[in-house]
Amino acid sequence: MTAAAPAAARPRPVRAARAGVVAGALALALVAALTLAVSLGAVDIPAVEVWTVVGRRLTGQPPAPGTRDLIVWQLRVPRALLAAVVGAGLGLVGTAVQGLVRNPLADPYLLGVSSGASLGAVTVIVLGVGAGGPLGLGVSVAAFAGSLVSFALVWTIARRGGGFSPLRLVLAGIAVGQFLNGVCSYLVLQAGDEQQTRGVLFWLMGSLSGTTWSQLAVPTACVALGLVVLQARARSLDALLLGDEAAAGLGIAPDRLRRELFVVTSLLTGVLVAVSGAIGFVGLLVPHLCRLVVGGAHRRLLPLAALTGAVLLVVVDTAARTALDTQELPIGVVTALLGAPALLYLLDRRLERS
Amino acid sequence: MRIAVEDLHVALAGRTVVAGVHLVAEEGEIAGLVGPNGSGKSTLLRTVYRHLKPRAGRVLLDGGDLADLTPARSARHIAALPQERGGDFELTARQMVALGRIPYQRAFAADSTEDRAVVASALERVGMTADAERRFADLSGGERQRVLLARALAQQPDVLVLDEPTNHLDVRHQVELLALLRAQRTTTLVALHDLNAAASVCDRLHVLRRGAVVASGKPREILTPELLADVFGVRAAVVDHPLTGDPLIAFDHRGPATPL
Repeated sequence: MTAAAPAAARPRPVRAARAGVVAGALALALVAALTLAVSLGAVDIPAVEVWTVVGRRLTGQPPAPGTRDLIVWQLRVPRALLAAVVGAGLGLVGTAVQGLVRNPLADPYLLGVSSGASLGAVTVIVLGVGAGGPLGLGVSVAAFAGSLVSFALVWTIARRGGGFSPLRLVLAGIAVGQFLNGVCSYLVLQAGDEQQTRGVLFWLMGSLSGTTWSQLAVPTACVALGLVVLQARARSLDALLLGDEAAAGLGIAPDRLRRELFVVTSLLTGVLVAVSGAIGFVGLLVPHLCRLVVGGAHRRLLPLAALTGAVLLVVVDTAARTALDTQELPIGVVTALLGAPALLYLLDRRLERS
Repeated sequence: MRIAVEDLHVALAGRTVVAGVHLVAEEGEIAGLVGPNGSGKSTLLRTVYRHLKPRAGRVLLDGGDLADLTPARSARHIAALPQERGGDFELTARQMVALGRIPYQRAFAADSTEDRAVVASALERVGMTADAERRFADLSGGERQRVLLARALAQQPDVLVLDEPTNHLDVRHQVELLALLRAQRTTTLVALHDLNAAASVCDRLHVLRRGAVVASGKPREILTPELLADVFGVRAAVVDHPLTGDPLIAFDHRGPATPL
């Protein structure tokens, strides 16, 4: 390799073989993180016992006697799995949004899309229209609608007058997001008793508290669908990085691709927000980290971002659950405390490069 | 393959930018588009590689209408090197070139042996094999353009379409890129700012003014002081290049620019 010295000092995208190794290591890490998540809590349960309980359930034997089965199988396993699904979804959606807006510093949270989803969900919860529905679908659908509308709004504002700049996009996202957050807070405070208000506010900051098995189906299906749909467009996403003209020259209709990505990312954001609230920074940082390791080609980036997001959120949720003795922290608080310094570091790094 | 543009009309935001253009590049020829800023060169080229839809007119490949092909199909025939620059997304030079295989690939499929061979050969043709694993963003301007040319070559096109490929390059890299282009022997449609470069590199020139072709032919025949004054509004002499014998345009940088 004849790279100049500064180039050689930087992490270099690795070859397929190593991407496979990384994926394998992450899969192992995910199993370890899930085990840890289920074993830690108000009552610590040894890992071996965790797997014994899970093993009995999976093989159809009668559940383990005592409270062990309740704690492991009913309380902690669904929550840990949902954390993995939500983390995977955030990693995917961050990668897709960054490709879509051709800006490595973007995610649904920063662009106000999560705020739109939150507002949609809160409207349904507070006004009580269609809130129930099977599997809480009403909230998911409203969150999807909210994210679609806010994404379209931010995009339209940013694109006004033709073309768009990353700065304009992020500023439009912040403005729309703050506005929607304001409306959302007003709605929450207007509604119902103090207990409900507190609950909704806690969820808005990101929380997987009180997860049950029945909540897993919709997000799992949507994240799996999202992965397939995005993976099918992996090369088109690569081409979109080059710009609309170059993409067109490769036989890809950039506007159509963008519309498809709009719908997929809004759907994912809506569903994720409906079950977990608005969790920042994961969607922003995970694709970034993965790009450093396997490079920017989406065929490898998308699955790796999903895996990394899953591991990260399982760990973060466990920390949020166990950091304080007296109460749970919202996940958004933990991701912000970890994510903001990481973002500042990345900004510095980008500045140095340019 | 021969490419012909017939009576092409293109409008942007309701304004006619290309009005009834006819032009041609014969098999293996390099046809240059020259003209002042805003004369419609880029818009014309964007329509040829189907970023823009024409309001009327046709683009013909060996007599077949390009509009009859799907976008992916026509990307197997026409490869573009547009002016815009993409973002910084951690792609290596090789990955960048591999994007040229998109028109041949199906969703989910990994790169085939043939894809990899074509990419390697494209890198070889532009002399970037040794730099294939470097990050695209770390390459110099000249190296990037060579990689982007390799990406276009990886499309195995019958026609190359290039929009100001030497923009922002220093003289050495301009010469190098144009020499590479000549060496490909692929039918090429190229917009060039530098009239002297166009005069040496192109087999045929089409001069555009306000969306219409005002002169077409061999560089020596059409690059006259009268045309340069009329279309570009400059005073210039056209002499023989002492080294190559190509037409050499010597601008009078002190003279008054004539109103167009």
